[in-house]
Amino acid sequence: MPTQLPEAGQVAAASGVASLAWLLVVLPALGALFLFVSGRRSDRWGHWLGVATVVASFVIGLLIFLDTLGLDPAQRTREASVYEWISVGGLHIDFGLRLDPLSLTFVLLITGVGSLIHIYSTGYMSHDPGRRRFFAQLNLFVAAMLVLVLGNNFVMLYLGWEGVGLASYLLIGFYQDRPSAATAAKKAFLMNRVGDVGLALAIFLIWLELGTTQYTEVFARIGEVPPGTTLAITILLLLGACGKSGQFPLQAWLPDAMEGPTPVSALIHAATMVTAGVYLIARANPIYNLTADGRLVVALIGTITLLIGAIIGCAYDDIKKVLAYSTVSQIGYMILAVGLGPVGYALGIAHLLAHGFFKAGLFLGAGSVMHAMNDDVDMRHYGGLARHMPITFVTFGLGYLALIGFPFLSGYFTKDAIIEAAFAQPGWQGWVFGLVAAIAAGLTAFYMTRLMIMTFFGKKRWQDINAAASTLDPASGSSGHHDYHPHEAGVSMTAPMIVLAFGSVFAGFLLTQGHRLANWLSPTLGELEELEGGALPHAVVPWLVLGLSALGVLLAYLIVGRRPTPVERPEPVSIPVQAARRDLYANAINEALVARPGVWLTRALVYIDNKGVDGLVNGTAATLGGSSGRLRRLQTGFVRSYALSMLGGSVLVIAALLAVRFA
Amino acid sequence: MTPVLLAQAPAGAITAPPIAYGAIAPVLIVLGGACIAVLVEAFLPRHQRWPVQVALSLVVLAAAGITLGVYAGGSPAALTTLGDALSVDNPTLFLWGTLLLLGLGSILLIADRSVEPGGAFIPTPASRAASGGGGTTVTGGGGDDVDRDYGEPGSAPTMQTEVFPFALFALGGMMVFVSANDLLTMFIALEVLSLPLYLMCGLARRRRLLSQEAAVKYFLLGAFASAFFLYGLALLYGYAGSVKLSAIADAAAGSDRSDALLFGGLALLVVGLLFKGSVGPFHAWTPDVYQGAPTPVTAFMAACTKVAAFGAISRVLFVAFDTTRWEWRGVLWAVAIVSMVIGAVLGLTQTDIKRMIAYSSIAHAGFLLLGSMSITEQGVSGTLFYLIAYGFTTLAVFGVISLVRDSDGEASHLSQWAGLAKRSPLLAGVMSFLLLALAGIPLTSGFTAKFAIFAAALDDGMAPLVIIALVASAVAAFFYLRVIVLMYFNEPAPDGPTVTVPGAFTTAAITLGVLVTLLLGIVPSLALGMASGGPFSG
Repeated sequence: MPTQLPEAGQVAAASGVASLAWLLVVLPALGALFLFVSGRRSDRWGHWLGVATVVASFVIGLLIFLDTLGLDPAQRTREASVYEWISVGGLHIDFGLRLDPLSLTFVLLITGVGSLIHIYSTGYMSHDPGRRRFFAQLNLFVAAMLVLVLGNNFVMLYLGWEGVGLASYLLIGFYQDRPSAATAAKKAFLMNRVGDVGLALAIFLIWLELGTTQYTEVFARIGEVPPGTTLAITILLLLGACGKSGQFPLQAWLPDAMEGPTPVSALIHAATMVTAGVYLIARANPIYNLTADGRLVVALIGTITLLIGAIIGCAYDDIKKVLAYSTVSQIGYMILAVGLGPVGYALGIAHLLAHGFFKAGLFLGAGSVMHAMNDDVDMRHYGGLARHMPITFVTFGLGYLALIGFPFLSGYFTKDAIIEAAFAQPGWQGWVFGLVAAIAAGLTAFYMTRLMIMTFFGKKRWQDINAAASTLDPASGSSGHHDYHPHEAGVSMTAPMIVLAFGSVFAGFLLTQGHRLANWLSPTLGELEELEGGALPHAVVPWLVLGLSALGVLLAYLIVGRRPTPVERPEPVSIPVQAARRDLYANAINEALVARPGVWLTRALVYIDNKGVDGLVNGTAATLGGSSGRLRRLQTGFVRSYALSMLGGSVLVIAALLAVRFA
Repeated sequence: MTPVLLAQAPAGAITAPPIAYGAIAPVLIVLGGACIAVLVEAFLPRHQRWPVQVALSLVVLAAAGITLGVYAGGSPAALTTLGDALSVDNPTLFLWGTLLLLGLGSILLIADRSVEPGGAFIPTPASRAASGGGGTTVTGGGGDDVDRDYGEPGSAPTMQTEVFPFALFALGGMMVFVSANDLLTMFIALEVLSLPLYLMCGLARRRRLLSQEAAVKYFLLGAFASAFFLYGLALLYGYAGSVKLSAIADAAAGSDRSDALLFGGLALLVVGLLFKGSVGPFHAWTPDVYQGAPTPVTAFMAACTKVAAFGAISRVLFVAFDTTRWEWRGVLWAVAIVSMVIGAVLGLTQTDIKRMIAYSSIAHAGFLLLGSMSITEQGVSGTLFYLIAYGFTTLAVFGVISLVRDSDGEASHLSQWAGLAKRSPLLAGVMSFLLLALAGIPLTSGFTAKFAIFAAALDDGMAPLVIIALVASAVAAFFYLRVIVLMYFNEPAPDGPTVTVPGAFTTAAITLGVLVTLLLGIVPSLALGMASGGPFSG
């Protein structure tokens, strides 16, 4: 049982139903543990346990939410300290939970969408031998993500941060027999480590300056920190956010992460984990409020990313990769929003929630399509699926309309609000942020329309492939990879899609109407500031965005809808398309900037460690003897070369010490 | 100062110094037990030795542990005894406890005879076994060299039991080493702990050439390092006129003597100690010896020697060189960076899991040096905590490694670990957990330990070093991850190794290591509280 500290900063201790908050985390964690440990015995029913723990967490979260709604806004922030985790010297870290509007919002998102996706997965994974392992890892993810958002200090956040990274890594590599999955998992892990180092440094810096990592105390005293350090903290936090949320320059892992099962892509790589960066910046808003430069960097990163994502999304034929780059781009919008400061925090969170609904729905729809098409992800093999999969078509279509900002659906309210706020920035920032965001909205409309047309409309290209396969190889009969029989999925898969489609339609309106979400979040994020001035009059912006989006849809219709889509990818293409297909050379750049120097360093060190010292000795001998034969017979592990390296090191240490003293 | 001391001690009238027997009882018990073990070896018939030696070792460790617990339970004040030769302060007690627990785990691994029939050690006396090698050629230490099995287990399946007194002597030496209050005692303890270790390295039943080569290398380089230590000792005596740590500190604080002696001596002394801690660039022996030694011995070395070496480094720096820290710190910064970079980067290229863990230990040595350099109470407690956390994780890692075998003995090549999760999910799970702990993922002891040590280093003004350490640990995480990837995401080789079902001893040792790793991650407060009971005193 948790012990309750009445004096947790200036924050009230959780009581009543809120004191059950620890169950939120513990239930899925126990579920994961049980499923990992129980072995094959629970293969048959284990997945229902996984579903039950997350649904139970959702119910508890809902109860706490309702309980909190009944409180006065000033008292809606409460803490429950479970126990003292680390205590050494001046360092005290509680294993404490913070229940405030922001964390509760995320709890509902994670457990709500999480429950739906767990239910969907019971259908999607029904034929997979690794189903129990899958649900164990999914439960682990939910538990870690809840720790991330519920922790009341930065170290708890880091704990959850590493936890979701681990679960994400395991789930990306879930299909163990695919080498590409292992590579993608590794890439995700590595790029996330870069971000994690940034986050860890930021936490250490905060601790060094303030002697605490607890949110309440940090935010109360962050003003004492020198401005330069504050800026450094914000940039390092942003680096962490970039790693986790797939933002420039660490965006390249997210599309590769689509190697995981599709429910994972929906839950982790669309709705929840990848938005952790947005949560981090919103959570640290008192720090970002102090530094306009820090916010500007955040907004710039968001702007660059949302454009990159939208451009690359236009070039892919893999349905999941298009959605993945769309995610990169939409998170770019959220990062841009929170980078705008008090005018944008709540807008970013609103878009995050709406996006959680419609993008999860889109991914589940994509999963349903793949399920029907023998796990084929190439949209060039699709076509005309609307008639065969009506429920998928309608739910997917609603998600699509919400994403491109069709009037009065979710995206229209949340995305347009961000673009308006961007245009309202003073000076050049308003023009740059606003215009880029608006153009990217047009691109979004383009690539999503292209996806819709290629998948659900037009000629049934898969029939041609079926026919070609049977004429080419009649002996194989009807078996084989290219034998498509599209069909609608079972109710366990369609029901979550329908629920999410409702979210895609109504969430935006419900959240933004009368600033409902912004008011609810104001104890955590501060009051939403009204927009003033800026580059364009506020009345003009929605029309501009609408016009650009319509243009995108129209172009997609003209280019893709009116012409037959080749089954094979056309090869000589224009330079921009080429660049977009290669992820705007992000991988090449990473390779050149990071991977190659790393390889060189490794080679050099191996050389010095194994061969260098010995080579020096033998090389000299070989030169003296006039023979290079000995050089070729170099072996490692000679004790004399070890002794020589020790001697060398000692001489250096002695010389350095004496030099320091007498220099 | 020296003339005064001499004047007070006229010839023939040496009075025995008072001895706080209660305080040093654990050391006496361990060393006494080692002597009894030698007698057992001499007088008992061969077939009785193994059970007696195992029982004796376990009883000795338990008795020493209980004595220590009783003494430490009374919250004793720090004291020096045996004529100021030993200092029994809070770090000493903590390190003794750590060493005894790790020693217990190692003895359990050493005693196991179920994994390798007859035990991991040679069945015949070492002198005769050496002839099996047939030569003294130095083969490459690289992981690709395949040593043929000289001396198959043969008809005598029982193992040599001399390894037990060796282990007890080494452990006793380590306990003296971490509590030594003057450099001469420290040197003697260094030899007492080292000599048995050299021998233990050469006792492997399988791959005997590799094992004996490792022993010889370790011995030669260890002798080299001892010489450095001794020379440094001599210079420091010349400088301070005393070998006592506190006397060196006093001399350095207020004197106009030549600093060349002081810093020359410090450099040589520290090199000798860094060698034992396998800190780069004095690490060269580590991969070869870790790979060549019998795995239980490697576990013992990796866990206990690291504890002893860093206990001593911290004490020397804290007590004797506190006042001169601004002079030496820059140099040790460089050493720590070199060690972290070497360990993290070269670990990436290893193909043998024991060598990989060896490079990991070099990187960890760099992190530990951060704690040793922080001359603050927080630095001391962080270092102590790191040592206990790292020790148990490493112990369990080597315990697990000893279970993965094929017909040639241990299958330590990484390619043989592919797909192990399919053969033994439990073993793969345990190994993954331990590797995550080494990488420093939260909720394992590795995270808490790194956090404590980095926080202490930051507090003592070493921010750039902490940044490098964080980057190094991010790089190192990759090679731990590689093993997890291999175990889970790769197809097992058709003629891959099998996972031996461990006997009770090995199971107990691995369970101990895993439990401590988990507990120190979730509820570290108890151990952290014990570690921060007070700094070194001299």
